[in-house]
Amino acid sequence: MKTITVNIVTPDGPVYDSEVSMVIAVTATGEMGVLPGHIPTVAPLGIGAIRLKKENSTELVAVNGGFLEIRPEKVTILAQSAERATDIDLARAQESAKRAESLLQANKNEIDFKRAELALKRAMNRINVYEGNI
Amino acid sequence: MASLRDIKTRITSTKKTSQITRAMQMVSASKLSRAEVNAKAFVPYMEKIQDVVASIAAGSSDTSNPMMIARPVKKTAYLVITSDRGLVGGYNSNILRTVTSRIRERHTSNDDFVILSVGRKGKEFFTKQGMTILESAIALPDHPTFSDIKEITRKAVGMFSDGTYDEVYMYYNHFVSAIQQEVTETKVLPLTDIQPTGSTASYEFDPSAEAILEVLLPQYAESLIFGALLDGKASEHAASMTAMKSATDNASDLIGGLTLQYNRARQAAITQEISEIVGGAAALE
Repeated sequence: MKTITVNIVTPDGPVYDSEVSMVIAVTATGEMGVLPGHIPTVAPLGIGAIRLKKENSTELVAVNGGFLEIRPEKVTILAQSAERATDIDLARAQESAKRAESLLQANKNEIDFKRAELALKRAMNRINVYEGNI
Repeated sequence: MASLRDIKTRITSTKKTSQITRAMQMVSASKLSRAEVNAKAFVPYMEKIQDVVASIAAGSSDTSNPMMIARPVKKTAYLVITSDRGLVGGYNSNILRTVTSRIRERHTSNDDFVILSVGRKGKEFFTKQGMTILESAIALPDHPTFSDIKEITRKAVGMFSDGTYDEVYMYYNHFVSAIQQEVTETKVLPLTDIQPTGSTASYEFDPSAEAILEVLLPQYAESLIFGALLDGKASEHAASMTAMKSATDNASDLIGGLTLQYNRARQAAITQEISEIVGGAAALE
């Protein structure tokens, strides 16, 4: 089976580096599946999960922002932060989700509201990736 | 001449000081090696983002993204990276001297520029000078992660976008080697000259080159700042290590001199005692 190299890099160092058979990412315009031999492409990423399909397993990585660079034999994901499902601290994610929720309810200020909304989205994403329900 | 007891006290206290400085030197040495590792971990990210930005910028010549266009300068921002604490040799004074002289060259009034300061020393200095500090970050950890400084980088880039200022210069100590650090000035914004580092492929853009630049350029500028901060941290630990090493060396020189003085004084005292005894005995005969 043909494979493609995937690199996930953040400012704090590389997070993931392996051969997979398919990458599915959430880009700004929607979900995008990448198979080996894809045309060179650049696309911005939203807050979401990257699904990395191997022969008979799927790995999940939670990413926040950044972009996806595709070359025929290699995919590079540059994200501001990225966590593999096994590295996620569930208690912390739940706590920040709760904090964001209470901020959302308390705040009428538009900027703070948006910020809390994003924080909630990031926390929910981490929880979902941890639990594997994407 | 100082008494035996005085010299003894000075030797003891100098020894204690040198123990402290030696310990601090070792702490800085280990922090330095970690800071170097952190700076290295950041390199792949920086290279990649620079590659992509350069290839997009090269591909579309009519970029209208405001972050890439130089506009008439009404206000300049200086982002200065200093340390939180002293005992780091010339680390802070070098940088603050360079910034002040550059500001005096360029501006006549304090209203023409603003300061974005990282580190307590810089904040204290600029406040004393009566300059406007728009944003400051203090008490950063020794090994900062991207999320630690996200706040100030986002604000620095955001205030350029909303027109608070029209250009951003950044000052930090570039880590050359453990004994050499160089004050470096970089123009962060606007991004007028982006050099490709490696192979530039021609990409498809989803949804469009402009939309991607909009996401990418702030990230690029933020990572420039983060890179400088990591570099600055490595320099800080190196400078602190060198300063503590020379302090320890000075202390052992001082202890050597004092020990010599102590022994001389001790011998003089003995000689005097003997001659007194001999003199006393002679008087009895």
